[in-house]
Amino acid sequence: MAEMVTLTIDGREINAPAGTTILEAAKDANIYIPNLCSNEELTPYGSCRLCMVEIAQGERTRLVASCIFEVADGLEVKTNAERVLNVRKLVIELLLARNNKHPALWKIADELGVKETRFPVEQKGCILCGQCVRTCREVVGVSAIGFSGRGITRKVATPFMEFPPDCIACGSCVYVCPVQFIPMKEENGIRTIIKYDYPMQKCRKCGQYFAPKKQLEYFSKITDLPLEHFETCVDCR
Amino acid sequence: MKKIKSPEELEQFRSKIQAGRDPKTTCIAICAGTGCLALGSDKIIAAFKEEISKQGLDADVATIRETGCPGFCEQGPIVVIYPEEICYLRVAEKDVPEIISKTVINKEVIERLTYKDPTSNERIIKDFDIPFYKKQKRYIIGNNINIDPRSIEDYIATNGYSALSKVLFNMSQENVIEEVTKANLRGRGGAGFPAGLKWKATRQAKGEPKYLICNADEGDPGAFMDRAVLEGTPHSVLEGMVIGSYAIGCHEGYIYVRNEYPLAVENITIAIEKARKLGLLGKDIMGSGFDFDVLIVRGGGAFVCGEETALIGSIEGRSGEPRAKYVFPAERGLYNKPTNINNVETLANVPLIINKGSEWYRSIGTENSKGTKIFALVGKINNTGLVEVPMGITLREIVYDIGGGIPKGRIFKAVQVGGPSGGCIPESHLDLPVDFDALSEVGSMMGSGGMIVMDDRTCMVDVALYFLKFLEEESCGKCTPCREGVYQMRLILERITEGNGKEEDLNTIEWMGKAIIDGSLCGLGGTAPNPVLTTLRYFRDEYEAHIKEKRCPAGVCKALITYTIDPELCNGCMVCAKICPTEAATGEKKELHTIDQEKCIKCGACFESCKFDAVKVS
Repeated sequence: MAEMVTLTIDGREINAPAGTTILEAAKDANIYIPNLCSNEELTPYGSCRLCMVEIAQGERTRLVASCIFEVADGLEVKTNAERVLNVRKLVIELLLARNNKHPALWKIADELGVKETRFPVEQKGCILCGQCVRTCREVVGVSAIGFSGRGITRKVATPFMEFPPDCIACGSCVYVCPVQFIPMKEENGIRTIIKYDYPMQKCRKCGQYFAPKKQLEYFSKITDLPLEHFETCVDCR
Repeated sequence: MKKIKSPEELEQFRSKIQAGRDPKTTCIAICAGTGCLALGSDKIIAAFKEEISKQGLDADVATIRETGCPGFCEQGPIVVIYPEEICYLRVAEKDVPEIISKTVINKEVIERLTYKDPTSNERIIKDFDIPFYKKQKRYIIGNNINIDPRSIEDYIATNGYSALSKVLFNMSQENVIEEVTKANLRGRGGAGFPAGLKWKATRQAKGEPKYLICNADEGDPGAFMDRAVLEGTPHSVLEGMVIGSYAIGCHEGYIYVRNEYPLAVENITIAIEKARKLGLLGKDIMGSGFDFDVLIVRGGGAFVCGEETALIGSIEGRSGEPRAKYVFPAERGLYNKPTNINNVETLANVPLIINKGSEWYRSIGTENSKGTKIFALVGKINNTGLVEVPMGITLREIVYDIGGGIPKGRIFKAVQVGGPSGGCIPESHLDLPVDFDALSEVGSMMGSGGMIVMDDRTCMVDVALYFLKFLEEESCGKCTPCREGVYQMRLILERITEGNGKEEDLNTIEWMGKAIIDGSLCGLGGTAPNPVLTTLRYFRDEYEAHIKEKRCPAGVCKALITYTIDPELCNGCMVCAKICPTEAATGEKKELHTIDQEKCIKCGACFESCKFDAVKVS
């Protein structure tokens, strides 16, 4: 059992295990802090900056990303200080300039009282939270996609903008994207992610297409089990 | 070369070098730093060598020393003849035979090559009598002209590695940290964090191995302090690193240097090799039993890699993206091990503190900023160059006494201190003492030491836009406020300079600026709005003129200006017609010239070239 610490969030006293982040502790206490790049399956990253909170340790107050900053005894956290709200408003307006269609972004905008973005909308779609890139690396373990470019030209990309040789077509990137930006479809035994096609495996027993062949090859490789073992769907196994 | 195995052997080695050098022998010191090399000092060095052999002078009559940057870049290439300390400026290849026959052989001063004081027209012979040098305190770069950076003997002859010897054999690790803490040495890379506290934190942190990194990723436009230190006196940086590593208790170090500094890379590489051969680096340093070695890592050109955590990522082979510093590198840094990162200039201060003591060091500077600081003084200033000044000196002294004021008698407008994300300080704050806290109070910062002077022909909106563009390009793109915010802010500023600004833009910029500072992940975004916020604070009327009157008061923003010719002043000299790239300026000899506004691209060439001020900008 981890050692417990006591902190206050918006005046409420809260106990949380040492080593948890402010965001996790707040979530456990049913205190809402908006966020887009955080995912409990992933290493804290702190890029979207929506989850900023004001903390006070002694006299000094400062803003920190609650998805990274760890709880500590006596920490006083304000999730709705004026400086905090200003950062969130700016961030959501900036993200709306990249994507002013997705309900997930408008939900946060509404909560902040933001009715529109004052910046010219370029409708890039992707908000660069990096959940796809990090999931591919940390959870799937293949790093088939990554970031390319820097600053405003940064984008999620495959190596050399070509067919990603390491992609196992698992679709995790599609699943984690908070703005459903990565398209995926399945038709006639082919899974298509963005513009790349991946053949699916038919179950040896029921004959249904159930998983991309490359994903099953990857499972076989990392588990050292024969490929045939994976060529039967979970239902029939 | 035999390895030095004890402090006594170091002193014997030093005495031997000194004894072999006759102080009466003529030594021709020629700056071979990047600035003078660009002005052709390599050719001058070759010419000196040729002339010496041609005139059959022996080594005991005249020797040549290729040195690091002495700082007065405006007047390069610089040659100083010892022991008379005769300083020649703007030396050309053709001057070399004369210097040899007159000055080296006959000890005559060639007046035209000496410094001419622009106010008194007096000739000044010795370098340290030149006003540019007089108010400086050159403890770190002052030695540059006295040593060949590639010669470890030169460094040792000028008391080099004596601090290391003292530390390894007479001081405990705690003593060293205490001394540096008492001296209140603050980080010269920008943030001004006390180096002693950093060392202590890394020393106390759990985890092995520990690392010491020298941050030489100097990326500010117009700044070259660290380059001059690394090029000119690389052993002082190495000595500082070994002392730091001893205090911290670490055995591996890195120098992260930008690849755009080839000469610095070359000189520090040579310095490392020579220090290893002499046993001043590597295993069992000077027979003390202490091991420390250094590797050079060259940066790939990203400004953000000067940020500690991005730098660490880059050394580890990841992309140079900062991460949150809620846990300091002192606890978890390179490869997640305790890591201490100091800037080049900070490390070069360490041997000085050890040799002269913290008491002495504390006597220089202000209450909370001790020692000296090197600045790269550039822009609209007469004496461009590298200056090392005691903390607490006023900006006015730097600009006017050392810098010699603004060229062509123009009026001072602002000085940008602290690099691209520093702030523009106006005339009204020129008497501000240069120290970490005073600069922050007026919205600027010490930064790494860039100092860009601007005159009345500088548009402050244009300046803010320039720095913002730089930072936009250099933002890594990880966090939203920096990536998107700086971009959007640039678009707004661009609109203003094009005459399409809106009344509400200024409030938007101010609001955004504060939120970008509060919300960004690292120091790049956390300071990026500074140039905009400070120019808005001190030059709001200029922004308003652009927006409300569609006018650029400094006559810079192309969309808002027109060039015309004053019929009263134009005498038809045809200079503007000749220089105009689009044939917009035309006219017959000795007759009034005109500018065709349809053809004019507003490059300003006519304006700059007219000797009679007949070209007007409105």
